[in-house]
Amino acid sequence: MTETQERESIADAPAGERRSRGISSVEVLAAVLVLLVIFRGRLSGLVSGERLQTWTTVFVSVLVQAVPFLVFGVLLSAVIAVFVPRSFWAKALPRHPALAVPAASVAGVVLPGCECGAVPIAGSLIRRGVTPAAALAFLLAAPAINPIVLTATAVAFPGDPEMVVARGLASLAVAVLMGWLWLRLGRADWIRLPHRPDLDGSRGRAFWAACRHDVVHAGGFLVVGAAAAATINVIVPEAWLQTLASHPVLSVLALAVLAVLLSICSEADAFVAASLSQFSLTSRLVFLVVGPMVDLKLISMQAGVFGRGFALRFAPATFAVAVLAAVVAGVALL
Amino acid sequence: MNRQAQAVVLFLFGGAILKASFTDLYLRYVKEGLRPFLIASGVALVAAAVMTLRYEFRGSRPAPDDEHGHHHEPRVGWLLILPVLALLLVAPPALGSYTAVQSGTVQLTAESDFPPLPDADPAPVALIDYASRVIYEDGRSLAGRRVQLTGFVARGEDGSPMLARIVVSCCAADGRPIKVGLTGGPVVDVPSGTWLQITGTYSDKRAKDPVNQADIAFLEVEQWQPVDPPKQQYE
Repeated sequence: MTETQERESIADAPAGERRSRGISSVEVLAAVLVLLVIFRGRLSGLVSGERLQTWTTVFVSVLVQAVPFLVFGVLLSAVIAVFVPRSFWAKALPRHPALAVPAASVAGVVLPGCECGAVPIAGSLIRRGVTPAAALAFLLAAPAINPIVLTATAVAFPGDPEMVVARGLASLAVAVLMGWLWLRLGRADWIRLPHRPDLDGSRGRAFWAACRHDVVHAGGFLVVGAAAAATINVIVPEAWLQTLASHPVLSVLALAVLAVLLSICSEADAFVAASLSQFSLTSRLVFLVVGPMVDLKLISMQAGVFGRGFALRFAPATFAVAVLAAVVAGVALL
Repeated sequence: MNRQAQAVVLFLFGGAILKASFTDLYLRYVKEGLRPFLIASGVALVAAAVMTLRYEFRGSRPAPDDEHGHHHEPRVGWLLILPVLALLLVAPPALGSYTAVQSGTVQLTAESDFPPLPDADPAPVALIDYASRVIYEDGRSLAGRRVQLTGFVARGEDGSPMLARIVVSCCAADGRPIKVGLTGGPVVDVPSGTWLQITGTYSDKRAKDPVNQADIAFLEVEQWQPVDPPKQQYE
């Protein structure tokens, strides 16, 4: 994404003059909206099949559910970007990066919210000079082990309180391990934060510019992820999954992949896991550990906020570490 | 996508969220408890749009290199139009019989002690409450009582009608059906998806959901009548 944008900016620079006299995007937008309102009847007629209707419902509900978390995350990340001085992070986190990683993971515990909010916050932390390893550990830990998520897990598995402990410990371990892994193997140039213009000028101006940019950017990728999740929700028949449930290894892999594809909010995934009653507790733990860290909408948002090269490396690595950590925790604790 | 266009998209998106949360539309997609947060985020989105336009038109031109700044603006933001259209023009319905047939019935949670039924006769009971009482205490707290269940008709593979409702814990994406089988009484001959109010009594018949092998409770039907879908369609 970043590469194309940069190429574009070079190509477009001399054309700036011409563009201002041409058709602007506002006019295009207005025309599209007018046409849509005129053909409204035909549009809702298109969405009449049961499958398509279910798709639209799931698509809209993933988005509506995510909006408060997205907006909250964006507001917080704009506050970090504009009002919290760089020196604060140097003081708040241990100086040594290897120690900053666990500190940032534990900091994720106190922030309630789902994964959509954590992505812009982590981007903002990196911009403000926090070591990427610590910001990434925070990104993984915040949605997975906050109080709301752990309470939901306890409610969904009333007979198995050790599920809550296993989920918390396994998720924390993945966040710390991935942070340290980034220290060993990560390269700074894999992360390409999109250029965020006009952060100079007055603070108010900078704050609203950061909000606008992040909502439009992360929100656009959230739409992509929601559409993908809705598609999976409609086309994967559940009966099909059940045939995999009896096999110990296949069931773990099946639920790990399902967690990635379904992209359910981390506050709700425990209830879905509880209902997959054919599967072993360990494979359901894998579902709960993988889901908040790697899923379609997260990959899409990470590609947008950190760059495609980053997402392509980070998501598979997190997936592998999360499956391993969850299986170990499952064998040891469940 | 320049900043004015972004402001318009943000305004529409925030407006669509606000419209959905001030009508009952949002109840088709998320839980009631999310409403204050939806309203707050809708207001924040509209505020971001207004502030963007204000800075844009106040004439305080930013630094010269910002003139080209909008070329960096994310084009992916155009996609935010899709949820706006879906909410304002299509307004998809709540999940219903399609999901009920596709997914397995919810796993019921055992309660050590079920509270007594409401005093009314027949007693109005939620589907999930009825099914839990049947499966976990063999209907002890239902003995000698008439109950009234409200849900929509879903048909299994063999075409036999069941009463179902979607249980949502966070948003419709995690919605799963609770199904109650129907036995005896007048034949239910309405199409799938029709909302019914059924009065009946405990039945000791059980079945397994073909999708996930979970237990399905049955109701001995006395009478049924079509009703309007309730405001809150999920349980």
